[in-house]
Amino acid sequence: MVFHLVPRCSARLFWASSGWRRTYIQGASVGLKYLGCPRDTYSPLACRGYSSVSGSPEVMLTPERYPVQRLPFSTVSEEDLAAFERIIPGRVITDPEQLEACNVDWLRSVRGCSKVLLRPQTTEEVSQILRHCHKRNLAVNPQGGNTGMVGGSVPVFDEIILSTALMNQVISFHDVSGILVCQAGCVLEELSQYLQERDFIMPLDLGAKGSCHIGGNVATNAGGLRFLRYGSLRGTVLGLEVVLADGTILNCLTSLRKDNTGYDLKQLFIGSEGTLGIITAVSILCPPRPKAVNVAFLGCPGFAEVLQTFSTCKGMLGEILSAFEFMDAECMQLVGQHLHLTNPVQESPFYVLVETSGSSAGHDTEKLTSVLEQVLNSGLVSDGTIATDQRKVQMLWALRERITEALSRDGYVFKYDISLPVERLYDLVIDLRTRVGPRAKHVVGYGHLGDGNLHLNVTAEAFSQELLSALEPYVYAWTAEQRGSVSAEHGLGFKKKNVLGYSKPPVAVKMMQQLKALLDPKGILNPYKTLPTQA
Amino acid sequence: MAELRALVAVKRVIDFAVKIRVKPDKSGVVTDGVKHSMNPFCEIAVEEAVRLKEKKLVKEVIAVSCGPAQCQETIRTALAMGADRGIHVEVPAAQAESLGPLQVARVLAKLAEKEKVDLLFLGKQAIDDDCNQTGQMTAGLLDWPQGTFASQVTLEGDKIKVEREIDGGLETIRLKLPSVVTADLRLNEPRYATLPNIMKAKKKKIEVMKPGDLGVDLTSKISVISVEEPPQRLAGVKVETTEDLVAKLKEVGRI
Repeated sequence: MVFHLVPRCSARLFWASSGWRRTYIQGASVGLKYLGCPRDTYSPLACRGYSSVSGSPEVMLTPERYPVQRLPFSTVSEEDLAAFERIIPGRVITDPEQLEACNVDWLRSVRGCSKVLLRPQTTEEVSQILRHCHKRNLAVNPQGGNTGMVGGSVPVFDEIILSTALMNQVISFHDVSGILVCQAGCVLEELSQYLQERDFIMPLDLGAKGSCHIGGNVATNAGGLRFLRYGSLRGTVLGLEVVLADGTILNCLTSLRKDNTGYDLKQLFIGSEGTLGIITAVSILCPPRPKAVNVAFLGCPGFAEVLQTFSTCKGMLGEILSAFEFMDAECMQLVGQHLHLTNPVQESPFYVLVETSGSSAGHDTEKLTSVLEQVLNSGLVSDGTIATDQRKVQMLWALRERITEALSRDGYVFKYDISLPVERLYDLVIDLRTRVGPRAKHVVGYGHLGDGNLHLNVTAEAFSQELLSALEPYVYAWTAEQRGSVSAEHGLGFKKKNVLGYSKPPVAVKMMQQLKALLDPKGILNPYKTLPTQA
Repeated sequence: MAELRALVAVKRVIDFAVKIRVKPDKSGVVTDGVKHSMNPFCEIAVEEAVRLKEKKLVKEVIAVSCGPAQCQETIRTALAMGADRGIHVEVPAAQAESLGPLQVARVLAKLAEKEKVDLLFLGKQAIDDDCNQTGQMTAGLLDWPQGTFASQVTLEGDKIKVEREIDGGLETIRLKLPSVVTADLRLNEPRYATLPNIMKAKKKKIEVMKPGDLGVDLTSKISVISVEEPPQRLAGVKVETTEDLVAKLKEVGRI
């Protein structure tokens, strides 16, 4: 169900379709100008039968790069394959070419060697699969859109990949309450389009929207660009249907705003990254579509001014502020260099994107123009622009949303996602630049300033242990010192499972391990991830 | 410093990214509460005129729009892009339904003469009606030469060289001023209106006048009978082999 904008003029009006977001998120090298076949060098959708492009550099197998030992799970046998074929006929994939893309993450930083990909369509099928795997002690890797940033979505060894790709049905939508119930494999952008036709929107939005699944979003408690306004999935998810490690179906799929009957079990699974159960259906509260959306893009002379602009916007825009993102000059340079996106304002050390959403166009534009007048006249902002039509809105957002893509094209990316007190948000970037010096190509900072969330990225020509040692544990220790979070929204996955100690005390970590042991005593759900290996 | 003056006509249309909905009574499309913005081709026309001004080839750029009160927003956008002043030919909402290319052409012709401009820029067509007539009709009424579907414009003294995008390729013509030019997609990429210019634009003058002031009659001899959605596209059928394809085509009577 893809929404294609009807071209109402010359077919040569190439800015058109929102489909460009889908194609770019598939990692294809398409700029805004080309709408066409994605060249899926990085495509997570390659699992669906697109063959991977030859000539792309091989990704090292995870166990060869990282110190990790395979746990004594069983290996998949012919009998197991026959059993799966009985449960989901025709949807058991063992073809190595199709498995290739599902074994590598979007960042091309980790690679497993799974030999089996399963694609169930119903909760019952997921339950039967897990019952069998539990009995046979087979490890399972749940996989959604495979867009995670911490290597949590692909196998480490030969875990069976259980994909939600075919569980993509909307179950129900109530257009008075705005409550959407759908299967876990629905793609976020498709849900957005479904809702848009009914004058609602999803409460979350992220750059990976063209590929990520809502089940994965919930399993990782994704944050995103609308977090500032609509809050966390912990508030907007009303119910979940989860299949536990032994195949038991836990149906907490209520659509009630208020239900204080007992412990709130769904909160355990939100953010559990597929290690406590597999989410198969989600009930989520969707806000009404704002009638008026305005986007302004501003250039600031320094980070202090960025912070003051934020305070001014919060104060003067009040309830209509829906996003406040920042990026530094290097990010702008990278999106210009790799994606040929033009800078709409004059070059500045920092850039800010402000979005307002409200029910009255006149009221919102007035508020926004008066804020902008204020920040311009007081020197907090040196230049800026307001989007005058939808196309400009999308182009301005692209400058922020496509930074991840531009970084991937710059080389190997060391990615950090940190929560810090907002005044110190950029200090880490400056510190790190001095520390790594010429060993890195670029050290950039950008992110959800409104949420105190910094995306710190370091690029290099290729992976280098030396650079990694300079970065870790320095970044984590620095964060811990500020009592920040070493993973604000990306989660722990495979790459950060050993560092949660920097942000959580030992008692907490122990309790998490106890909960894992309670819900998955055999440890077959997404092993080697999220929690540190117990001593 | 040139003494040339340019008039740019801009139209307020439903934003191209909006999904169009037809009114249940089939009399038109839903416009209430729907996002409107400047027609993309008009934006290109404004950009070209402003660039000529920046090159000091044109002295003044006037933006004009015909329609109800909200047109002033569109004129302000043109002013924020660099136009010097605006003219709003006010037409009440009820009458605006009958505003077609011929009526607008009459207005523009009278204005071009009144303001004594040397260049009249327009977008090649509007994305709501796709008429592609206003520029041509205005040139006819004024008896001015026209360069339509312009993908490149070069001023040469008292003449203008226009490279036109036509089906066969590119045609280059030279026109004597004053002339009408309509902008095509590849003429330029419109700039973002910067904040300082948006603030300045608030102070620029927009003159409001009625069609009657120009002596123009807006009666239309065209009436819209019905507006309908295009038929739903049926899903296609995938086949595995060429033999299957031939068989299927025979089945549906196509071959």
